Amino acid sequence: MKKRNLGFFIFITPVLLWLVLLIVVPHIQLLLMSLQGENDYGDVIWTLSNYTNFFSEKIYWLTFVRTAGYAVTVTFLTFLVTFPVAFFVVKVAPKKMSGFMMILLLLPFWVSELVRVYGWMILLRESGVLNHFLLMLGIVDQPIEMLYNDITMIMGLVYTSMLFMVVPLISSLEGMDDSLIEAACDLGASKFTILRKIVIPYAAPGITSGSIVVFMLVLGNYLTPNLLGGKNSLWFTEQIYNEFIASFNWNQGAAFGFLLLFLSSMIIWLGLKITGQKLGRTLS
Amino acid sequence: MNSVLQISKLRKRFDDFVAVDNVSIKVEEGSFFSILGPSGCGKTTLLRMIAGFLEPSSGSIVIRDTDMAGIAPNRRPVNLVFQNLALFPMMNVAENIAFGLKRQKQSKTEIARKVDSILERVGLTGYGEKEVSQLSGGQRQRVAIARSLVLDPSILLLDEPLGALDLKLREQMKIELKKLQAEIGTTFIYITHDQSEALVMSDRVAVMNKGRFEQIDSPRNLYSKASTAFVAGFVGENNLLSVQNVGSAGDLTVRTEMGLEFTATAVDDVNGSAHLYIRPEAIIINPDETLMDLNRFEITVRNILFDGANSKILATLGKSSQELAIALPQNKQFSHITPGDILSAGVHPIDCCCYPDSAGGRA
Repeated sequence: MKKRNLGFFIFITPVLLWLVLLIVVPHIQLLLMSLQGENDYGDVIWTLSNYTNFFSEKIYWLTFVRTAGYAVTVTFLTFLVTFPVAFFVVKVAPKKMSGFMMILLLLPFWVSELVRVYGWMILLRESGVLNHFLLMLGIVDQPIEMLYNDITMIMGLVYTSMLFMVVPLISSLEGMDDSLIEAACDLGASKFTILRKIVIPYAAPGITSGSIVVFMLVLGNYLTPNLLGGKNSLWFTEQIYNEFIASFNWNQGAAFGFLLLFLSSMIIWLGLKITGQKLGRTLS
Repeated sequence: MNSVLQISKLRKRFDDFVAVDNVSIKVEEGSFFSILGPSGCGKTTLLRMIAGFLEPSSGSIVIRDTDMAGIAPNRRPVNLVFQNLALFPMMNVAENIAFGLKRQKQSKTEIARKVDSILERVGLTGYGEKEVSQLSGGQRQRVAIARSLVLDPSILLLDEPLGALDLKLREQMKIELKKLQAEIGTTFIYITHDQSEALVMSDRVAVMNKGRFEQIDSPRNLYSKASTAFVAGFVGENNLLSVQNVGSAGDLTVRTEMGLEFTATAVDDVNGSAHLYIRPEAIIINPDETLMDLNRFEITVRNILFDGANSKILATLGKSSQELAIALPQNKQFSHITPGDILSAGVHPIDCCCYPDSAGGRA
């Protein structure tokens, strides 16, 4: 019994150290910072003004609502794009091919996000590849600026998030026995009913965990909205960046960071409530 | 009687492999029909064609006078109980059973009534709200059957549904299934590789081998009047001896490799080498001297396999290495027998069934 305890501590220590030193301690520091401010004389005082600023200044919370709304949209679009892919890889493609297809799916993600986003920029910018072809084919006579708008930004975000949705979907669909689909068909269900009543409920834990990961990543993404959306992107992480780097208002930045954490957790909680999923079941 | 299912000249090829080859059957309304065969004989392929999951390469399947060609599985009047049951894990028992009824757009009260009545029928009253994972193997079995039966299909197809159960439960479910079928009167087509399941439950059994039907008959006839060597070897326990025909056409005399001669009954034309099958219970230990026309021989007891009423002697024919299993009645008359004993034995010519060698033999 004693020995088992020792082994348990040996394995738990690195995890605890990592959690406490790199996550908990800095967050406590940030939390304290977010609750501090300067009064008119320049003295450091305890205050909630950093938080009330978020709600009183329209631009702040509107940016957050916009960011959260787009993050939900991106999550949903990512699901729509990756679900058929996952289903095809697991259930339709021949067994020998599915491993190869997984590699094809993973391959682009070996390249850093920055490089991939620059790839999109090369394709889409005014003097980019796509415009070059459109001009050459005579479809347009003036190059179009395809960067720096919301649609391009969302497309870029969906593209960068796909992997994090497709992997949990594949692993949850892999566990599904084909005979479930056949049994449903045998009992008189149409293809759409099978998808709605059998396949999606079966993959629900994978869909939930994929959605949580994608939602969080998109919400906290700085690079893609900034590069593809440009100055108009108004992503909440840019507000945080501005407070820290441009305004040097670390206290305000810390408060925004906590608001982001809290509000996004609330959205996920709400999402789980609405769809009737349980976080524990999703993660197990 | 009307036939509910009529299959004629059905064939299924996969690339260069013929899984089902020119199969024809008629299944009578309300009967319990089994398809028995070793694994890989094509029985599951045949079942999946009836259910509609596979398209036949040629031939026709007619259910209640309707040709099933081109009709999707969800529109056929047949339901399949899957080998692994395929219960929906995200639904409870009642929802599983109601699944098919909901697809037929029946009213809620009607669905609830039917679910309750079928649960009662399979002896699971009050289990509706339970999750599938809370049930035992036998209970899942019954839910799977109830889920199909509640739709009142013309034919219920069962694909080795007892395979996953342990022996005791399997014995029990065999009897329950047979009773259930007799009560509700739905036609059952039951696929199995377990000959005892087929023999106990069925009205008629088709023995399948290498994509073809060897024999379609009642269980009793399959056992006592096997028409091919394969059936003789596959259905029930049997002793196989390789023999040569040395007699004339009228009275068949065969000789084993060690020179022992048997008077036998030919099931098919036997020329040259042949297979001689003798059931373990057909061999009489220490036969009475006065019995006429008996093939008599000596056996050396090698082992006694005690298994209650199924106890057997494992013996060799004379001093050869030819093994014979002999039923050992547990009536204390033979309790003195020990390994090493040399006994006299005999068998009636009518119980020595001889099949031509070319008929495929044991698979």
